[in-house]
Amino acid sequence: MGKTIAEKIFSNKSSQDVRAGDIVIASLDHVMAQDGTSPLAIQAFEEMGVDKVWDRDRVVMVIDHNSPSPNDKVSFLHNMMRDFAKKHQIILYDIGEGVCHQLLPERGHVFPGDLIIGADSHTCTYGALNAFSTGVGSTDLAAGMATGKLWFKVPESIKVVLNGKLGPYVLAKDLILFLAGELTSDGATYKALEFHGEAIQDLSVDGRMTLANMAIELGAKAGLMPWDEKTGTWLKERGVESKCIVTADENAKYSQEVIYNVEELEPQVACPHTVDNVCGVSEVEGTPIHQGVIGTCTNGRIEDFEMAAEILGEKKIKEGTRLILAPASKDIFIQLMKRGVAERLIEAGGTFVTPGCGPCVGTHDGVPSNGENVISTANRNFKGRMGNTEANIYLASPATVAASLLHGHITDPRGL
Amino acid sequence: MEGRAHRVGDHINTDYIISGKYKFNTLDMKELSKHLLEDLDPCFYEKVDEGDFLVAGANFGCGSSREQAPLVIKHAGIQAVLAQSFARIFFRNAINTGLLAIECDTASIETGDEISIHVKEKEIINKSKGTRIEIQSLPTIMLSILEDGGLSRHIKKHGDFKLEG
Repeated sequence: MGKTIAEKIFSNKSSQDVRAGDIVIASLDHVMAQDGTSPLAIQAFEEMGVDKVWDRDRVVMVIDHNSPSPNDKVSFLHNMMRDFAKKHQIILYDIGEGVCHQLLPERGHVFPGDLIIGADSHTCTYGALNAFSTGVGSTDLAAGMATGKLWFKVPESIKVVLNGKLGPYVLAKDLILFLAGELTSDGATYKALEFHGEAIQDLSVDGRMTLANMAIELGAKAGLMPWDEKTGTWLKERGVESKCIVTADENAKYSQEVIYNVEELEPQVACPHTVDNVCGVSEVEGTPIHQGVIGTCTNGRIEDFEMAAEILGEKKIKEGTRLILAPASKDIFIQLMKRGVAERLIEAGGTFVTPGCGPCVGTHDGVPSNGENVISTANRNFKGRMGNTEANIYLASPATVAASLLHGHITDPRGL
Repeated sequence: MEGRAHRVGDHINTDYIISGKYKFNTLDMKELSKHLLEDLDPCFYEKVDEGDFLVAGANFGCGSSREQAPLVIKHAGIQAVLAQSFARIFFRNAINTGLLAIECDTASIETGDEISIHVKEKEIINKSKGTRIEIQSLPTIMLSILEDGGLSRHIKKHGDFKLEG
């Protein structure tokens, strides 16, 4: 019997022949923590009685969630990270650099075939680059920093095959929202998703990252994709050679196989207050919108803002609405400026915030008011997620968000 | 281990357990625990007595990887969480921080039920209802981490992961 991508990576990283269900201790290639999880990880690391990190070039910390600091308490915790990074000479990306899940791939920390843990649930993003990456808590992360290893249960995999060509203004985000609706928020718990099919091949690497990013919203441990020339070129541009490409065997055993033809798929919207409460945009068209968000680790890349700029054109967002723009990294922000996209979006009425998590985590950068409806390209719409339990969050693609802001209500981008 | 049940529903995410608007501010988990499940029930913390159990439906702890979630549950005085199923990251975090997390059929348990948990016997007795519920056993490594009082102590004691019991 053949192996899935997950089984192959865990076999390589534990130097034995393992299958789904086996418990292994595996070697890690990188460990990452952000400012919401690093302080507890530092505390746990110190409790472990270890004086040195396992490999200072493979430990990355990122200040992205509350960036720059909104108050003195957060500043204290940020300085705890800066002190730790200095003491152990690890890599620290400070305020303004961007979201951890953009920085790790963009700065050349992710290689195909790697095993990476991050103390952030959306660490599954790097599955788009043919690496097994998964979210853990602070203490697991600390154990990784201390030993370079972690124990895992090798997950079963669900094979997701997406056939057909996407229609105009139907994007990667629509695919993953559709899948969340189909498989539900715990449909892939303890399992890995393995994506295949024409619709995946057609996506840019950025689009694939949008898809892999939200694998956790289906409960998955990872969202894995095969390597192809696009992956190779994207990585090469960032100085990364694809030496350990992992391909699933033809006769690999999957716990489940789901096949969809996405040719007719319409733009999707996840309605309050769960990510799997998904419908076609036509079902919620006309719902009033007070604030839009484009950006974050899900959809904060160049093509996302270019799409929004294309939809908005020379027009302005509806009077009385607000559009917050959070680029996933500094480099993306610079590109948006060079290409004139940033200027166009600002002219249209958008407000850029620091590259990072922006308003997604509910502490700053655009907390909605009571009774307001937000439409966002982020990955979670839980009640209170953006800092107010009395607000409603709808999730959609950058095209649908931009179209909705033009009219002040949820709008199908294909009808403009 | 005996205590009183507090029942919550399905898909309780870690944002509900401890909101992002508090968790970035402090490492004082006792202080943070006052906001436990506040977005679902603003008085939840006051209703919890030391030694109580939190009883949930499916997919408990989904969402963010924040370890503050099991920590605030523990610091609020709850000694174990029982759920129909757990989200993966929360489940690991609970064991790593020394909070007992048990997967079992919780459908019949209601708020106020007096429960006793017998880990070795793999059973839960609902004394209020006079029923017995079977529990799943944990992998050896998780039991070993729990016995050591969490992953930090486990690593400190063994200098590494100890896979076999």
